[in-house]
Amino acid sequence: MTNRHLLGIQGFSPPAILQLLDLAENYVLLNRSGKTQRDTLRGRTMINLFFEDSTRTRTSFELAGKRLGADVINMSVSTSSVSKGETLLDTAATLNAMNCDLLVVRHNQSGAPALLAQKVEASVINAGDGTHEHPTQALLDALTIRRNKGRIEGLTIAICGDIAHSRVARSNFLLLTMMGNQVRLVGPPTLMPAGIETLGVSVHHDMREGLAGADIVMALRLQKERMTKGGLIPSSREFFAFYGLNAEKLAYAKPDALVMHPGPMNRGVEIDSAVADDPARSVIREQVEMGVAVRMAVLDSLARGGL
Amino acid sequence: MLLLRKVTLAMPEGLTPGELLVVDGKIADFGSSLGNPDGAEIIEPEGAILCPGLVDMRASLGEPGYEYRETIASAAQAAAFGGITSIAVLPDSRPAIDDPALVRLIASRGEETGSFSLIPYAAATRGCAGEELAEYGLLKAAGAVAFTDGRRAIFSPRLMRRALSYASGFGSRIVQHPEDAELAEGGAATEGARATIMGLPGIPAAAEAICVARDIRLAELTGGAVHFAHVTTGEACDLIRRAKDKGLRVTCDTAPPYFDLNETAIGDFRTYAKFSPPLRADEDRLAILAALADGTIDAIASDHQPRDADDKRLPFAEASAGGAGLATLLAVTLAQVQAGTLGMAAALALLTEKPAKWLGIEAGVLRRGAPADLCLFHPERSWRVEAGKLPGKAQNTPFDGRALEGRVIGTWKAGKRVFG
Repeated sequence: MTNRHLLGIQGFSPPAILQLLDLAENYVLLNRSGKTQRDTLRGRTMINLFFEDSTRTRTSFELAGKRLGADVINMSVSTSSVSKGETLLDTAATLNAMNCDLLVVRHNQSGAPALLAQKVEASVINAGDGTHEHPTQALLDALTIRRNKGRIEGLTIAICGDIAHSRVARSNFLLLTMMGNQVRLVGPPTLMPAGIETLGVSVHHDMREGLAGADIVMALRLQKERMTKGGLIPSSREFFAFYGLNAEKLAYAKPDALVMHPGPMNRGVEIDSAVADDPARSVIREQVEMGVAVRMAVLDSLARGGL
Repeated sequence: MLLLRKVTLAMPEGLTPGELLVVDGKIADFGSSLGNPDGAEIIEPEGAILCPGLVDMRASLGEPGYEYRETIASAAQAAAFGGITSIAVLPDSRPAIDDPALVRLIASRGEETGSFSLIPYAAATRGCAGEELAEYGLLKAAGAVAFTDGRRAIFSPRLMRRALSYASGFGSRIVQHPEDAELAEGGAATEGARATIMGLPGIPAAAEAICVARDIRLAELTGGAVHFAHVTTGEACDLIRRAKDKGLRVTCDTAPPYFDLNETAIGDFRTYAKFSPPLRADEDRLAILAALADGTIDAIASDHQPRDADDKRLPFAEASAGGAGLATLLAVTLAQVQAGTLGMAAALALLTEKPAKWLGIEAGVLRRGAPADLCLFHPERSWRVEAGKLPGKAQNTPFDGRALEGRVIGTWKAGKRVFG
């Protein structure tokens, strides 16, 4: 079954994921060769519709679209300035009138891209919705892992930090468990979403235990406003002491374990600069490069008929 | 004069074949054979059950304040289709029903329709704002049946204590939306793996039991009477069962979504299955059925909450909770009779006799001399729920597309045919 939209990793099959990664691999080579301009999407309109601030993801999609020859338009909508609900469907009507082909959506509400997908004629790509999913991030992480480890199965991956509020964690554990990896979620109990242990992952509250023997360690961004307001953790100092990824904690993992982070990083909160910037261990910059290639593969596939 | 022949009469002591005669809007007589009274209109349906008009002990209507969702006249159409002839109406409208004049307004607006009685609840606190007690004595004298803040829990334990205590002086009950407001704050679905995977803020099922446990204790402390609206969890039912065994003045109801659906209904961000309290895990749904069967739950209410498309076509967490429930109340309940969970007589009692007794109204029982509020339905006739084609204005049913058995073929209010 082909999908007209990319709303999440849920619903994907392992062969479809491998196919996308293979296609993305080609785009990595093309991008590196300097022959970046393609006309695969010539004459097509792609709109980046961002209801939430984002520089990296938007830029990455924009670059991906432009390299494929699409007409790319950025629309930033401030959620605070408009009454939210009506606007979403009004926006859908507007976009239909513009004959948009590809719609990249980021929204602070889980399920907003799914709602838009019911109403627009364009293919909808979820660029992050609330605490639900961020599928292209999981795909680019998978590509980064595969290029560095030579495979995307049979690995042990520790995802650390604020799991509860992370769409990146959800898309990643869905993809990685589906492909046959062992996923461990590591963080304080207040940052673990309810029932997650029933979804094929193991839950750890101790970094030593969670990282032991891991091939990959992913740190997640900790949004500072979660701490004091939600009362979920007492301070960033305490968080860093127990869950911040530094050289000492990384030593629990395999000697060749790689460090990943979806960005933007809070240095000294969830990750220490010495680890983040260590070229021997950190693939954080490579993740950004893979992001463009993976998004080109997604746009290409959707424009050619579906995923 | 109207004679209903060859029907099965739903009597308090059970189902019995017979006939029923209506004269001057009242039930004149019933029995196995009433002969051929002169000038009577005769209805002889095949295989139908005649029960008292349904008594819906808890619903919100769009009026006053939300006429874009529903008017009382449109709710009357939906109720008549569903065989409902009496509805107890929640007070959290706009304005809230916290003044004797407003209580009288609701009752008289019901009478104007001629097709159902509206029995007003009044606000437990002024404006249903959860701060100051409303005027229970004056409101009761105007016709308020009990006091509640509707969909909003009376949160402060101090205020709840006073409400229970003060209401007990008038022999009145407090109806609670059983949910710890702080634990539930910002939540959109029952906390657990499903909410987690959908990225929705969760409400722990324990938020219900925590509120129920507290209020049972406060009822004991004050000697007051508390009723828990739409209970949804096994844990709450266990607490209520024990309180009843202890002889405390505790009652409760539930609504069809909570025994017919579970949390999987919200899959794909289906906002029409968003409720407050939220749909629960299947083990809780089964516990609700068990509590209906063993008598812990005193009544089934429609929990009707009219919403229009603009209230629902939003991202899940922002969408308004609640479902239209008048048209489907009987048929979704009858599905449990077909499934063998409830007997027919017991199911009908939960929709008629028991809520009427709770409300203290003269309805819900086929009795000589009582107003002829009647519901005639065919238990095996099937129909399909179709959002957009339901009677009345509110189309926000969570049961869209469902084939149900049990169709109302006639509804009478005080002897006047209002449906069929």
